[in-house]
Amino acid sequence: MNTSAPALEIKNLTKRYRNDVLALDGISFHVNRGDFYALLGPNGAGKSTTIGIICSLINKTAGEVNIYGKNIDYEFAEAKKMIGLVPQEFNFNSFEPIAEIVANQAGYYGIALAEARQRAEHVLNKLGLWEKKTDTPRQLSGGMKRRLMIARALVHDPQLLILDEPTAGVDIEIRRSMWKLLQDLNDDGRTIILTTHYLEEAEYLCKNVGIINQGKIIIDTSMRLLLDQLKKETFIFYLRDPLANIPRLDHGDTHKIDERTIEVTPNEHCTLNDIFTDLSQQNIAIVSMRNKANRLEELFIDLVMS
Amino acid sequence: MNTSEKLIALKTLFVKEILRFARIWIQTILPPVITVALYFVIFGNLIGSQLDDIKGYRYIDFIVPGLIMMSVITNSYANVVSSFYSSKFQKHIEEMLVSPMPNYIIVWGFVSGGIARGIIVGLAVTLVATFFTDIQFHNLPLLVLVTLLTCILFALAGLINGIFANSFDDISIIPTFVLTPLTYLGGIFYSIDMLPEFWRNLSFANPILYMVDTFRTSMLGIKDIDTTISLAIIITFVIILYAVALRLLQKGIGIRT
Repeated sequence: MNTSAPALEIKNLTKRYRNDVLALDGISFHVNRGDFYALLGPNGAGKSTTIGIICSLINKTAGEVNIYGKNIDYEFAEAKKMIGLVPQEFNFNSFEPIAEIVANQAGYYGIALAEARQRAEHVLNKLGLWEKKTDTPRQLSGGMKRRLMIARALVHDPQLLILDEPTAGVDIEIRRSMWKLLQDLNDDGRTIILTTHYLEEAEYLCKNVGIINQGKIIIDTSMRLLLDQLKKETFIFYLRDPLANIPRLDHGDTHKIDERTIEVTPNEHCTLNDIFTDLSQQNIAIVSMRNKANRLEELFIDLVMS
Repeated sequence: MNTSEKLIALKTLFVKEILRFARIWIQTILPPVITVALYFVIFGNLIGSQLDDIKGYRYIDFIVPGLIMMSVITNSYANVVSSFYSSKFQKHIEEMLVSPMPNYIIVWGFVSGGIARGIIVGLAVTLVATFFTDIQFHNLPLLVLVTLLTCILFALAGLINGIFANSFDDISIIPTFVLTPLTYLGGIFYSIDMLPEFWRNLSFANPILYMVDTFRTSMLGIKDIDTTISLAIIITFVIILYAVALRLLQKGIGIRT
């Protein structure tokens, strides 16, 4: 294996569908080894097309894709062994027991039956599904089906795990447990590419981010640098005592929501410490605070709308 | 993938296919056995007993090879077309497409399932036939060869149908309007020597005739067509259909966007 090659390298990738829709317009980007990379974009931007091409579910029109230095056209098997895909839609055989689904997937990668069964047990245990091993997917809840897709993607121990909206439609508890699992997998050295419409998820989990819009990569940078572009941020403060009037602050603008809640937008280059100082000088005690909107969401809307 | 890994992948698909039709044996194994048993009772015993011998054999003895072959043909075809289309419909074909399995392993994986079902149903029908007639095996190696080739041919045809199918209607149109008429007109119930010259010559355009006739040769030792020519035609069809199926998968027709 080429030890210096990135986990994923995409060069001038183009996809034009038969109806002449240009889904990808010569995009290029790379994802480093060990990265947790968010690939974001509005519906129809080209995220799933990109993932489909990487995983051989969609034929590309032009361009090049390399996985850990292996070209998907010329080193097909080697490249594909390194990828695990968790697709957006459930794609199981509804009549097959889940232990068979996972063990068969290992078999497709050339893993002998005895080892395939061991691996299936291991990943199903890890995902909390081993007790359901004889159930069919039809008997599982939505969250369990999502976990089954992750188990199936992990059974051949891929170095690059691609998740296409893995938490869509699952409740907050399961989402949080999946976040923990994904972080653990990333901590183990696995490279993860995530697409999601939950931008707080991307902000919480990902180190780097690419934003794709209308078939073009419009942002490819670190999450930190991207969030630093956010010039203004608005916070909601919950106060201990009721206010009669809107307080005037030296370092930010205020807006009263109700007598115990205010909205504060710090001036450019001002910190939250400055705001706290202003408030404490006016004897205003804060019980708690939160961001008015997700920071990445604000940036995302700005970038995509512009 | 090295050869050993490819063989493991093929075996995985083969076992998966067998388990698939074994799980629903009431839909896959039992109906053809009952249907053929009815043929034996009605055409063989009731009507057949009123008919003259054909080429020195009682009518029921004459139709047994054709009825076994009919079950082999329809089941090897049906297994692959329904399995492949279901995997497209439920999208679990993607499990194979994302893996490093080469396309020819996918082809042989599905075909091997079709062979298995064709042979199992063929054996079950043969067992039923023993209640109505004395089964003979004139040339066992030829019987094995022609059965295997026929299973492969129709499994490949089922795969191609499955690749192009966009709905469940599409997987029943070919069996209903093409396969069944060709099978019934393929010399199962008569010798083509009994037909007027025009219809006899037209029958030579029916590929199923060569399979039925060769199978009958392997069981009874009688034939309408030279066995070498029949085998050559069957093998040619197998090669053509294999090349077509592989090409379609390589181009991603019906399975990749």
